[in-house]
Amino acid sequence: MGKTTAEKIFAAHLVDEPFSGTKVLRLDVVLCHEITTPIAIDDLIVRGKDRVFDATRIKAVIDHVTPSKDSKTATQAKILRDWARRQGIKDFFDVGANGVCHALFPEKGFIRPGNTVIMGDSHTCTHGAFGAFAAGVGTTDLEVGILKGVCAFREPKSIRVNVNGQLPKGVYAKDVILTLIGQIGVNGATDRVIEFRGSTIDAMTMESRMTLCNMAIEAGGTSGICMPDMTTVDYLWPFIQDEFASKEAALAGYQQWCSDPDASYEQTIEIDASGLVPVATFNFKPDQVKPVTEFSDSRIDQVYLGSCTNGRLEDLRIAAQILKGNKLAENVRGILSPATPKIFREAMKEGLIDIFLDAGFCVTNSTCGACLGMSNGVLADGEVCASTTNRNFNGRMGKGGMVHLMSPATAAATAIEGKIADPRNYL
Amino acid sequence: MKTFGGPVLFLDRADINTDEIIPAKYLTEITKQDLKPYILEDLKLEGFDPKGPKTRNARVVLSRANFGCGSSREHAPWVFEVNDITAVVAESFARIFRQNMFNCGMAAIELPKADLDLIFSHANDADASMSIDIEAQTLTVSGGGKQKTFSFELSPFDKALVMAGGWVDYADTKY
Repeated sequence: MGKTTAEKIFAAHLVDEPFSGTKVLRLDVVLCHEITTPIAIDDLIVRGKDRVFDATRIKAVIDHVTPSKDSKTATQAKILRDWARRQGIKDFFDVGANGVCHALFPEKGFIRPGNTVIMGDSHTCTHGAFGAFAAGVGTTDLEVGILKGVCAFREPKSIRVNVNGQLPKGVYAKDVILTLIGQIGVNGATDRVIEFRGSTIDAMTMESRMTLCNMAIEAGGTSGICMPDMTTVDYLWPFIQDEFASKEAALAGYQQWCSDPDASYEQTIEIDASGLVPVATFNFKPDQVKPVTEFSDSRIDQVYLGSCTNGRLEDLRIAAQILKGNKLAENVRGILSPATPKIFREAMKEGLIDIFLDAGFCVTNSTCGACLGMSNGVLADGEVCASTTNRNFNGRMGKGGMVHLMSPATAAATAIEGKIADPRNYL
Repeated sequence: MKTFGGPVLFLDRADINTDEIIPAKYLTEITKQDLKPYILEDLKLEGFDPKGPKTRNARVVLSRANFGCGSSREHAPWVFEVNDITAVVAESFARIFRQNMFNCGMAAIELPKADLDLIFSHANDADASMSIDIEAQTLTVSGGGKQKTFSFELSPFDKALVMAGGWVDYADTKY
């Protein structure tokens, strides 16, 4: 019997199996941010164990509220900053160099095929796009990860999602993942890995694959996973060229992590990409999804473009293409947060920032901010936001506010019309 | 080991997410105790009062499928813990929430829907209460003059975490 990618990674990282069904894995990368890490740091100090298992395997960023908005968030940032310095964590990203963690860390080449990755953040599943097992964890798992370099998991079964065919005009990775979540539900992949396969995925950029894997958690998934291929190698090449003689050699090395042809899956789901349409969420769960054409006069107060789901250069390009020469609808606020400083800079060079500014958008620094109602675009009671983020929970972007999740293209079309709109009319 | 059991808070809805349990804007608190006033502040459930006596007195939460979905924030178990709620009983849990509960030495107990339906029939009993025996893997519900005992599954690992008082102590002695 062949193995899935997740099974191969589990086998290669197994430290202990204290009980049947519980596997303690060695961690390759432990990622940290300023919201969930400080309490772990403080607890380690109280326990007299203020140390790290390997400073080179720990990466940290201040991203959720940055620059700090008040004394509490400044204190959180300070705890993380002081700790990174104290522990000699070189890969620490502070104001000026910081960005949304799940966009920044891949951009730095930190995640490689076959890695085990944890972070005190549910959207850690994003990094599965590189053929890694990447799971969000709580602060206690993070604390043990920092101290011991291990984490315990129930070995997850894999759900295989085959996406084949060409995506129609105006339909993107975000529509694929929202459609899937709508189909299987917010509980459809709990304790499971979602393995994305098929010609549509093969043709996707790493950015699009990250968008897909990012929302695996919204179906309850432990990690999304894509098979490492030449697209993965091309993306990582600046970081790995000293490790491999050629891209082909890198590919050969990484493909050991691909699922075997005879691997077994708990479930296989087929999606015909050519039949997909632009979609958006309604109500307060990410599985409440319908085609944009089925929204009638759904008025919005704010458009938000950014986040670990859709704040990458590709997303900004798509939105800018639609916004070019257009203005925000009357009474609609637009906010753009490029996910990292590098993306911000590239977007400036390409003239994208001008397009957003000309359309009337406010362009903020790179931060998670508004996505979780922390800063930089929080909603008031009764307000509605069209957003490229990942959660539409009640109050997510501000108490009493409502969020419609959608692709950057749909968000751009919606910005122009002031109500949920069809991006295909602008392409 | 923590103590488990007492008055029950009935939350009869599936997919209660961590943003509802503790909104993100409170994640800037540096101590667990500071989270206390904000328990279940954004829960969307008709008739529910996050500041009411039922919430204040509860020691156990009873809910439906996929409890604790969404964010990885351990602030969700913590806000229960600092409000003296050490166990959540539900049809199923989101993975990270469930693990966070056991990692804190708290209990996330799964029961079949039929058992939950029976327990939810006590929702209007003012004296509804639950006692939980982790070792024996049983819980007893009483209220309105009636009493019934249910058994539950608990993985040996999760049980060991409850006994050890959480994952840090467990892992520290072992790895």
